[in-house]
Amino acid sequence: MDVTLMLWIDAALTLMILSFLYRDNPFYKFAEHLFVGVSAAYLMAVGFWDHLVPNLLGKLFPSLMSGVVPGAVGRSPDYYYLIPAVFGLLLLTRLIDRWAWLSRWALAFIVGGAAGFNLPRFLDSDFIIQVQSTMIPLVVLDASGNLLWGASFSHVVLVLGVICGLVYFFFSVEHKGVLGHVSRAGIWVLMVTFGAAFGYTVMARISLLTGRMEALGAWLGSIF
Amino acid sequence: MRRRIPLIITFVIGLVLITGYFVTRAPFNTLYESFSDYFAIITVFAFILGGGSLLKIHLKRVSSRATDWHYSVVTLVAFLVTLVIGLFKVGNPAGMGGEILAAGSWLRFMFDGVYNPLSATMFSLLAFFVASASYRAFRARTKEATILLSAALIILLGRTPVGAWMTAWMPESLAFLELPNLANWIMAWPNTAGQRAIMIGIALGVIATSLRIILGIERNYLGRGE
Amino acid sequence: MRIPDSILHIDRRIIFLLIGAAVCIPLILKPRFQDSPTPIVQSIFDTVERLPPGSRVFLSFDYGPDTAPELDPMAKALVRHTMTRGHEVSFFTLFPEGVGQIKKITDSLLPLEFPEKAYGRDFVNLGYKAGLGGAINTMVVNFRTLVNADAEGTPLDALPITADVDEMVDYVIILSLTAGDPGLKEWIQFAGDIAGIPVMGGGTAVVAPELYPYYPQQLVGLMGGLKGASEYESALVDRYPAFRNAPMDATMRMGPQVVTHVLIVLLVLLGNLAYFLGRADRAGRTGQGTQAGRRP
Repeated sequence: MDVTLMLWIDAALTLMILSFLYRDNPFYKFAEHLFVGVSAAYLMAVGFWDHLVPNLLGKLFPSLMSGVVPGAVGRSPDYYYLIPAVFGLLLLTRLIDRWAWLSRWALAFIVGGAAGFNLPRFLDSDFIIQVQSTMIPLVVLDASGNLLWGASFSHVVLVLGVICGLVYFFFSVEHKGVLGHVSRAGIWVLMVTFGAAFGYTVMARISLLTGRMEALGAWLGSIF
Repeated sequence: MRRRIPLIITFVIGLVLITGYFVTRAPFNTLYESFSDYFAIITVFAFILGGGSLLKIHLKRVSSRATDWHYSVVTLVAFLVTLVIGLFKVGNPAGMGGEILAAGSWLRFMFDGVYNPLSATMFSLLAFFVASASYRAFRARTKEATILLSAALIILLGRTPVGAWMTAWMPESLAFLELPNLANWIMAWPNTAGQRAIMIGIALGVIATSLRIILGIERNYLGRGE
Repeated sequence: MRIPDSILHIDRRIIFLLIGAAVCIPLILKPRFQDSPTPIVQSIFDTVERLPPGSRVFLSFDYGPDTAPELDPMAKALVRHTMTRGHEVSFFTLFPEGVGQIKKITDSLLPLEFPEKAYGRDFVNLGYKAGLGGAINTMVVNFRTLVNADAEGTPLDALPITADVDEMVDYVIILSLTAGDPGLKEWIQFAGDIAGIPVMGGGTAVVAPELYPYYPQQLVGLMGGLKGASEYESALVDRYPAFRNAPMDATMRMGPQVVTHVLIVLLVLLGNLAYFLGRADRAGRTGQGTQAGRRP
């Protein structure tokens, strides 16, 4: 495809979306609807060719698919793959009102699968190991036994920060007295966390805009 | 049947995946591997369902001449054209057997020329809104808001060379107060503490919800009615 | 309208114009800022650097065009580094849009900067697989159940780079460039913590703060946003001066970052100043009104 033409299409679509900054308008709406249509079809096409063809159709119908899945040549069909095929088709019954209830079976597979995957992994990676990683010495000494003030302070901040943050999220007891103070300290830790996240979010959004402005610059450069 | 069978499926799948995580002997390992693979395949059908749903909604809008139905035509045409190009690998130099985004294929053009600028610009709009929102709503009204604001400003300045330049005059003994060092410290310690507290809280929530789903106590995903 | 009120109710399109200018002007003037890697970025660089040449590296492009300006520079820096070190890289993605991001590297950067590197011998594109964390799980349990061919459909056995890959643990490290879910979090949960493969990579600045609790126990290193990418580029140029003339996208994009960050800080300070002046003004007027009401 001609590079100049690509630059013009790129620039036109970019400007259509950016026009929303002035106010909502037909150009923006056109670009927005175009985006929805193209993205939905793109996801379907990639999902079909990169996953369904080699991982389902190639295993169920190897001889039929041998032209597009070279690895399927000479392989015998694996009929166990009828199970995901049937569940997948059941999911599509959602589109037909009369049979939509059948899609619950496929949904149950997905929900059960997600629950089964998540339970042990969140328990291990996001709970046990996190608690383990918080069990650090509050007093840090160097090799000759001298107190490292900076490192010790940082460790205290981490340990107390996690405890106070957790207390803030503990709603089974009223936050009064000592618990109230600890919970308040927890809010402060969370505020620092959210402030840091905000700073990083600004950074992210500016990066994306920079990328787009570079693209517009390339288009302008092709004209002048 | 309409509610009981899905509950049984959820229970069996959930139980197999949890057991397979801990028990690596047959038949659990075989079932674990198979169900994991099937799960991935079924999620692809969700893309097809999404496409079908989009088609259904926009066809309805066009046929009922709903407000702004003309734009639904744009969506439908874009969807169908891209789908045909993608599924039949139109213009793909290697034919039906080639890579889906092979150089020169029409889908590659749709990705680079249409999807790429639309997607990237849509998200870049947020830069303007985040700046405007910061100006209008980011106020040091309370002690908590002041802490949030201060942390954000330290990160904003400390993660750029301006932060280093602003605090370069500080003596060596106070180097830890230089904005880049302060920003890195906030990220490494208080931010980690806060994020870890949130992470542990979420983990407990996920564990509890997963158990409720597998045991059939949580049934909202099945929707209402029979 | 009083001055504080007029400042507070400024037309938002003026702020939009200021932001646009703050991004565009540095792009035209192209200021360059010297950066240096922080320990969290340096540890990725050191890990890649210490691996013996020919090590099998798994690089997952878990993002799309919407976050490409942040993550593409990381991808390029990692590819330049791994290729220079002579590692064998398998590209993969858990995002359908990631297929296009991989193609940018394999069709543009690699033939241009590393023409001697051959597909199937030095690098391979394993394409996209659905299933989120479930896909990673399948790969860890039995790699070939999920990935039995490359993106072109060529069986793994027919490619020298993957002929010996039977399990996920055949890869010495996993690198992921993350825009959300699935991404580094899932690679840690489903591969790193289970199979013991070191996980590292980069995330958008939105995702990065959430990943800090994993560092350093579960995550070897992390590039957070464009700044992280810029730090990696600086480490790369320091170690391999030949890259000094290569286009370093993140370093170039730090110019707009600097100006817009300063602008936003000034806007926030101005907004607060106007707010407090307005509040003092209103309090003063209320006080005057009360006093006037007390007059006999």
